Amino acid sequence: MIDIITQTWSWWFSGALIAGIMFFLLYFGQSFGFSSNLRTICAASGLGKKVKFFDFNWKSQIWNLVFLVGAIIGGFLAKHYLSTDAPVQISQATITDLNQLGFAAPASLQPAELFSMEAVFSLKGFLVLALGGLMVGFGSRYAGGCTSGHAISGLSDLQVPSLIAVIGFFAGGLIMTFLIFPLIF
Amino acid sequence: MKFLKFGLLGIVFGIAMAKSEAISWFRIQEMFRFQSFHMYGIIGTAVILGVIGVALIKKYKIRDFHGNPIVFAPKEKSVTRYLLGGSIFGLGWALSGACPGPMVVNIGYGFLSMIIVFFFALVGTYLYGLLRDKLPH
Repeated sequence: MIDIITQTWSWWFSGALIAGIMFFLLYFGQSFGFSSNLRTICAASGLGKKVKFFDFNWKSQIWNLVFLVGAIIGGFLAKHYLSTDAPVQISQATITDLNQLGFAAPASLQPAELFSMEAVFSLKGFLVLALGGLMVGFGSRYAGGCTSGHAISGLSDLQVPSLIAVIGFFAGGLIMTFLIFPLIF
Repeated sequence: MKFLKFGLLGIVFGIAMAKSEAISWFRIQEMFRFQSFHMYGIIGTAVILGVIGVALIKKYKIRDFHGNPIVFAPKEKSVTRYLLGGSIFGLGWALSGACPGPMVVNIGYGFLSMIIVFFFALVGTYLYGLLRDKLPH
């Protein structure tokens, strides 16, 4: 029984939980969209005085900030009470491809080459994390949503704009993976 | 207290994301290289159940717990903003291996370097707000 909890959860169970979270948020009168929190934090920091986009009643979004805090706690609980710390079980083909780019086989959930403290304090390592975050933040607001808002909430409502956004997510992801990774790693 | 339920949902979200390894950069690479069904299974299951559930909510006009109708606002019609914005998002998603939700789950999990990614996601959001009127939508 404990094994079922501590090993990797199956895709269908995790997918069903995410759908369940979306329905509970709808039932509670809200909707599932995580990246809105980025705009809310900007607004709560007082940036609405300078930029109109952040001048809105951010206090109506406190529920989502509480959801964000819950997500951090969830990550902590998963790490300390629900896992064995086994390396992520990705396919051999991916391990081989990433080896050629200079990444060692997984030793945990994240590659040390990008997320260890040594990597963070190197210029290239810092730039990778900073630019990655910058593009996620800029792109999600430009597209009006991220994976939760478009790929889950929007597609569940069969919205064409969300389908276009998801096509964009994959276009960008494939360009980064197949065209840019060989140049930078 | 009225926010407690959202905190609990966030905790379930964080645990589900971490325990299905969806917060892993390796899993995102595996997805973009089409070398495993795992991530497609997670998103696919959520979307299939979501489509069925949303259709049922509309058909039976199910109300939320306040008694208000659950409405689904159609997103504004456009191609440019979704395709361009989506592609920029995708570039960052593949590079950092995390979309906004998994970023904070990673921080809770102990990958503190994700704080940098999250901070710059805030900077990116700010830049969008700054440049919004100059961008094609």
